[in-house]
Amino acid sequence: MAAIPALPRRYHAASIWALYVVGLMPAAWYFFQASTGGMGFNPVKTFEHVIGIWALRLIIATLAITPLRDLAGINWVRYRRALGLLAFYYVVIHFMVYLLLDLRLDLGAVGGDIVKRPYITIGFACLLLLIPLAVTSNNWSIRKLGPTWIKLHALIYLIAAGGALHYVLAVKSVTLVPFTHVALIALLLAYRPLRKPFLKWKRGRKAPTRSGTDLSAPAREPALRPAPDQQG
Amino acid sequence: MPAYRPPQIPMSEVTPREIYLSRRSFMGSATAAGLAISGAGSAFAAPLMAKSSDYKVSDKLTPKEAITTYNNFYEFGVNKEDPSQNAGAFKTTPWSVKVDGLVGKPKEFGLEELMKMPLEDRTYRMRCVEGWSMVIPWVGFPLVALLNQVEPLGSAKYVSFETVVRPEEMPGQKGLFQALPWPYVEGLRLDEALHPLTLLAVGLYGETLPNQNGAPIRLVVPWKYGFKGIKSIVKISLTEKQPETTWKNSNAREYGFYSNVNPAVDHPRWSQATEQRIGEGGFFGGNRKPTLPFNGYADQVASLYAGMDLKANY
Repeated sequence: MAAIPALPRRYHAASIWALYVVGLMPAAWYFFQASTGGMGFNPVKTFEHVIGIWALRLIIATLAITPLRDLAGINWVRYRRALGLLAFYYVVIHFMVYLLLDLRLDLGAVGGDIVKRPYITIGFACLLLLIPLAVTSNNWSIRKLGPTWIKLHALIYLIAAGGALHYVLAVKSVTLVPFTHVALIALLLAYRPLRKPFLKWKRGRKAPTRSGTDLSAPAREPALRPAPDQQG
Repeated sequence: MPAYRPPQIPMSEVTPREIYLSRRSFMGSATAAGLAISGAGSAFAAPLMAKSSDYKVSDKLTPKEAITTYNNFYEFGVNKEDPSQNAGAFKTTPWSVKVDGLVGKPKEFGLEELMKMPLEDRTYRMRCVEGWSMVIPWVGFPLVALLNQVEPLGSAKYVSFETVVRPEEMPGQKGLFQALPWPYVEGLRLDEALHPLTLLAVGLYGETLPNQNGAPIRLVVPWKYGFKGIKSIVKISLTEKQPETTWKNSNAREYGFYSNVNPAVDHPRWSQATEQRIGEGGFFGGNRKPTLPFNGYADQVASLYAGMDLKANY
């Protein structure tokens, strides 16, 4: 089912670095637009919103890695850390614009917003929850934490749900764009409890052939996936 | 073949700057009235003749480009740039506004007739419920001038307004995920509607309204949040009961019937204490200004709400 030709191993590292560069390009482009007057008459809000939407897209991409492998046989696990970290960077930019350019460091207003306004409370909580994930995203932490690492990083499901809720609560009415993002997150989260039974069924079906392409077999990056069967 | 030479215009034939800048007064009221009518329906703005008024704030005007490209007009889409991009096919001629309900003389006003009302230049602050603001030079006439013609009955307590529904010309009114139920409806208490500040605008910056700003005729209530300023009006009714209003129906906790600008009453999702002046400050020099009670029109309108709990009646 691997329709996409596999990338030779020697290019893996380079492709990951390329992903960081490409992933940061929307932020750089929009920042350039906003600072040179190319983002309309309320550039702060527009930039804040577009960065927030890109953060959600990167979270969606992060969550899509597992089902992509299970269902389509495409193993892009090596890109998942980059996608997750990019999402974190976008969330940080999103918050910094709100803090520095929108509210201009009016900490009273920021505190008031966080305490009083549920969508900001949720958004801020998601930012805080992303920090331990970003901090433990290195190989050393993965080895050190072992199974705890997987439990910790399951927080991404909570963060994704929180991000979607933050978005829905922030818009005046749920139109096509918010709906699409939220629906994708819902779909990707809904897949998780279905995953184990699905893989079991798939394994059962494949058992007689004993083909070497069993999708539930450990991935090639043991450092990133210490216990693949518990994942997801 | 001789090369093309553009005609040489002697400087003596060039219209002096002072004269072309005063072209509107030169054309005179007689021709201007005619122009206003013929131009009102076209996609292109036509100059309007209006007399100056005292209803002008001294704040720096928001650039016309900002006023005409940063819009909330959900009939044309929910993004700020959508209305200016999607309103091109909207036809504003022929147009009429039906005024009925609890009135002695119900009447359907043709646009030509409305454009002949005594137009005034008025510069108002406009504060959006989303936390941004503009300063807009409107051309229009007080709503009271129209209401006087239909003679409201003693039983009339409120005025309701309705926007046109034309899905074929308004992309936001068709398809899945429409932002709001249509038609967009708004309302005022009768005393608010009769207040001299309450304006029916037919133009801005001295020209007929661009479609995205609510052509051909819209309401402007400068002490209320901008969404009270219903656009592209086709119907005005005088009623005894408080009218339905679109945003209150959509989310009553966040948008009230009164929706007076009030820095002391937060929107449930954000503070209303400050506002961002559109077109000023850019990306790094953002300058949130304090929002004023009744958007700075408290001296004129606060008495309308004497004794009312403005926190409960947001």
